Amino acid sequence: MYFRPKTLEEAVQTLAVQRAQILSGGTDFFPALGERHVERPILDVSGVRELRGITSDPAFIRIGGLTTWSEIIATPLPRAFDALKLAAREIGGVQIQNRGTIAGNLCNASPAADGVPPLLALNAEVELVSAAGSRRVPLAQFIVGNRETLLRPDEVLSCVLVPRDIEDAASTFLKLGARRYLVISIAMVAVVLTADKAQRVSAARIAVGSCSARAQRLTELERDLIGTHLSGEIGALVTSTHLQALSPKSDVRATAEYRQDAARTLVARALDTCARNY
Amino acid sequence: MLTATNSETGAVATIQFSLNGKPVEVAVPAIERLSRVLRENLGLTGTKVGCDAGDCGACTVLLNRDPVCSCLVAAGQVEGCEVVTVEGLAQRAPVYDRLQKSFLCHGAAQCGICTPGMLVSATALLERERSPSESAVKDALGGVLCRCTGYRKIIDAVLDAAQSPLPPKCPDTGKAVGARLARLDGQAKVSGTEIFGADEIPLETLSVHVVRSPYNRARFCFGDLAAFVVAHPGVSAVLTAADIPGRNCFGVISRFADQPVFAELETRFRGEAVAAVVGESNTLQKIDWTRFPVQWEELPAITSIDAGLAPGAPRIHESREQNLLVRGRVVHGDVDRALSECHAVVEGEFETGFIEHAYIEPEAGFARRLGNTLEVQACTQSPYMDRDDIAKILGIAPESVRIIPTAVGGGFGSKLDLSVQPFVALAAWKLNRPVRMVYSRHESIISTTKRHPSRIRMRAGATNDGKLHAVDFTADFNTGAYSSWGPTVAARVPVHASGPYRVPHYRALTRAVHTNLVPGGAFRGFGVPQTAIAQEQIYDELADRLGMDRLEFRILNALDETTPTVTGQVLGAGVGIRACLLALRPAWQQARNQCAAYNAGSQGGPLRKGVGIAAMWYGCGNTSLPNPSTIRVGLKSDGRIALHQGAIDIGQGSNTIITQICADALGAPVDCFDLVSGDTGISPDCGKTSASRQTLVTGKAAQMAGTELRRAILQLANCCECAVIEFQRCKLIISENGQQRTVSLDTLPQDKYGYVLTREATFDPPTSPLDQNGQGVPYAVFGFGAHMTEVLVDIELGTVSVTKITAAHDVGRAINPTLIEGQIEGGAAQGLGMALMEEFFPGKGENLHDYLIPTAGDMPRVESILIEDPSPIGPFGAKGIGEQAVIPTAPAILNAIHDATGVRIRRVPATPDHLRSAILARRQNGVERA
Repeated sequence: MYFRPKTLEEAVQTLAVQRAQILSGGTDFFPALGERHVERPILDVSGVRELRGITSDPAFIRIGGLTTWSEIIATPLPRAFDALKLAAREIGGVQIQNRGTIAGNLCNASPAADGVPPLLALNAEVELVSAAGSRRVPLAQFIVGNRETLLRPDEVLSCVLVPRDIEDAASTFLKLGARRYLVISIAMVAVVLTADKAQRVSAARIAVGSCSARAQRLTELERDLIGTHLSGEIGALVTSTHLQALSPKSDVRATAEYRQDAARTLVARALDTCARNY
Repeated sequence: MLTATNSETGAVATIQFSLNGKPVEVAVPAIERLSRVLRENLGLTGTKVGCDAGDCGACTVLLNRDPVCSCLVAAGQVEGCEVVTVEGLAQRAPVYDRLQKSFLCHGAAQCGICTPGMLVSATALLERERSPSESAVKDALGGVLCRCTGYRKIIDAVLDAAQSPLPPKCPDTGKAVGARLARLDGQAKVSGTEIFGADEIPLETLSVHVVRSPYNRARFCFGDLAAFVVAHPGVSAVLTAADIPGRNCFGVISRFADQPVFAELETRFRGEAVAAVVGESNTLQKIDWTRFPVQWEELPAITSIDAGLAPGAPRIHESREQNLLVRGRVVHGDVDRALSECHAVVEGEFETGFIEHAYIEPEAGFARRLGNTLEVQACTQSPYMDRDDIAKILGIAPESVRIIPTAVGGGFGSKLDLSVQPFVALAAWKLNRPVRMVYSRHESIISTTKRHPSRIRMRAGATNDGKLHAVDFTADFNTGAYSSWGPTVAARVPVHASGPYRVPHYRALTRAVHTNLVPGGAFRGFGVPQTAIAQEQIYDELADRLGMDRLEFRILNALDETTPTVTGQVLGAGVGIRACLLALRPAWQQARNQCAAYNAGSQGGPLRKGVGIAAMWYGCGNTSLPNPSTIRVGLKSDGRIALHQGAIDIGQGSNTIITQICADALGAPVDCFDLVSGDTGISPDCGKTSASRQTLVTGKAAQMAGTELRRAILQLANCCECAVIEFQRCKLIISENGQQRTVSLDTLPQDKYGYVLTREATFDPPTSPLDQNGQGVPYAVFGFGAHMTEVLVDIELGTVSVTKITAAHDVGRAINPTLIEGQIEGGAAQGLGMALMEEFFPGKGENLHDYLIPTAGDMPRVESILIEDPSPIGPFGAKGIGEQAVIPTAPAILNAIHDATGVRIRRVPATPDHLRSAILARRQNGVERA
């Protein structure tokens, strides 16, 4: 069956009775389909209005699951979202940015998903809705592995919630690929950084993608940076020990050793950029 | 309360939307890709399909004003939306008018297959921003791949669109050669009306699904094929080797032909065909092919050159000992003695992998039987060769097969070999129904030829006066499972491995070795680009060893009119390599100084600048083998000229170039000409579009035919050679010494071709066979050139950005400078890809997101310097440029990387990980940059 509901209620009611594959922007669905014929029931959520748009309340900025990368680029957002916007610009080409959705990027859970590191660095949560109700899960828990998430077959990822605790933070995103545009990342890094009045790091959130089965926060490094003065080259403080959370693999794009090495360079550069721009 | 659109997944739903400003309603499965619905159901074939995965952007349409890949949109998702395809852009004046004209002026469309996607994307940008910045243009076009142009002319066309450029006017009579004429077939390419291989669908056509080997080597047997047909209503037949009426064998060089249409008992590479299932398209789409009745038994496979050559290795073809397809050899002087006399000797081993052509048009076409003749309409670079092989496969006379070539969405050598043609031909012949086939990107990548992987060892020595003295060169090429163009690669490389330099003592030995991998075939340069990667890097090292400037070393050693080549040929007039190198000297010196200053100032920073140079030569036409072209040109009773232009235009521009040449030979303006295609039923054989031969060989035939027709007209009017002919409607006005004569054409009788006068001319470039040492005249004409590249290397990440390419080419005579620049820029882009990112691994990454080619963001500005040192043989002095353009780029980039980092890359591509590990290794060895 092909279902294209107009409301979230209809969508989750459908999932309650039928195991359907969810389709939204199609940028992962169709490439994965290849030349095969669609046999499974499809729940096309692209017509669900409630899943669109970016809104805010005092505690959270809420990004609807169907929000495309182009919409993220075009929407004025606090400074801490710069990394997310930069990532949005690096996803595929403009054709992909116009269709690919934030929920699709997270639910597809590719280790190379460009949207994940910036959202991890923003401490984002996801809202999962089913006919039985809804739940919130931190993104760091939602993605459990390479293309594995906590999404149940009866759930829809309705929105991404970003806490408004460090909105004025400096943030940046660096992507490394073997060409410009339309390229799967060899490694990418997102950093969100705040400092106190004395220009000392008060919070640092650093996430690295494409270097493990799922993107990782470098918590040790984040701790070590607290209190560091922004004027120095804070990137120089990054050691290989700080990257031990990563477990990169070798593939057609790069060797594991290179990824580990490049991640360190990217983290250092991203930190320096944030410090410079702070 | 049901507000949703629901339907069975496979069932037809009615979808309403606005298409190009008009409401449409279409009944299709809601989950069908929009691209397919537009093309197959609504007949709008201007939207191209290159990958079905969002990797190429050819299918870009506007969805509610935003560019999207229509292959990634479900039909059900456009319900109530506004969709605009390339066909609908015409309504978006004046933005689109200006853009179209700008594309034509700039030569921004070559083959034209990416053009609709580029135009749609650019229109969306220009409607938002009248005068966008270059980076905005790159962002807008970054999602659309082009394999022909190198992007610069497309970017420039979009940047200039606001200026309302006017396409150049038709040049005056006698002034066509040398004019920047817009391509004559350009209008169709910028309107989305060009017909490519997949763009015509005959009524009642059947489709084909080919069952292919999943293993490098396997034994197989079929289950009950008859039962499979019965179990699948809509399937008409399953065809296997047993169904072939003629020979189950084809190949581009008949002496070596060895490739079956369908493997018998055993497959020799992953992707080889064993059966073709013919049936209704909708039926084939729904079949679960994992249940097709064939049992595979994987067998040990040979997957490297070494394994192929290993003593006791099983023979892939029984008649070929040691899995050797062929050897090549050129020997001149006494190499061993000469190397011992050298003041400086350097050596190295180099490797390259498979490289995919990655044209944006996957192979496609259809066949139909008309009584006892068979028509095949498909994209091809070689209609007559296709005709002869199809005839052999079907066991019928070549004259019973007609090949109707479509526009070709990029070829670069791979569309010289058969692809879909045997399957559709056999099925149409057997079933007496039109049969169509369109390769998927995956099928195209796994089954069609690639650039040969190579392993090259080279030693080169020079005397202390800086003169090259001796070269000892050996190369093995992985030719894959079948011969294809392996013999050509093995024969061409030893002739060219000296580079365009005087090398008095020379030995070059090559081997083409079979493996159980996809066949190595023709790819722009037949092994010479791989060779140049070794040879031009070795010469750089030699110059360094001698303490000479790298450019001056090349200038000192460049071939000239009197020095013999390594085959003993003295080229005589038209050796422009020294002129090319001299033309680069000012830019070279400036760039050297800039790099030195930058690097001295960037202490501690991760960026380094480098500049590299590489030169090339390349023989036009077949190596010591005949390769004639025949041009027919006819004067029609309406006063127009019919030019039977059989040199297939794969984007390089032969439709335009050949016409320009013929026009000036005849003394007629270009706009008097009507092009007749390379259809084997109506035009004589102009040979294949390969070996950079069409401008030279077909061009010369066109010059001769044009001259002869002129002579015939003047004879008819009883006028002398110096008379001027004016072509008017149904009459000619001939002026001589102030007198005018009118020849009425509509009263004159017509010949068997329907023309008032017809002339045909054939040209075959003069060569001589090579002796056992490879001595002789392999080519009548060579093209020469040199590229200078500037790079910025991030030594911490191993990334390289090419910031400028300056390319000097001796083209003899630039028949059309715009089209020549297009060849140079496109060749440079392929060279950049080869140097930095391209390698195909069979079984891995058989798509365009793992196999990377350069995008609009990777190509720097290319400055072309055209040197015109005329060839005494070529038409108006012209030489080839197609392959010449790709050869020097990769070695020039690798030399620039070395200049920047001190690292020598001997195995391409120089991907970031590869370059970074080379930089680290060099550092560990304690060799820091001085």
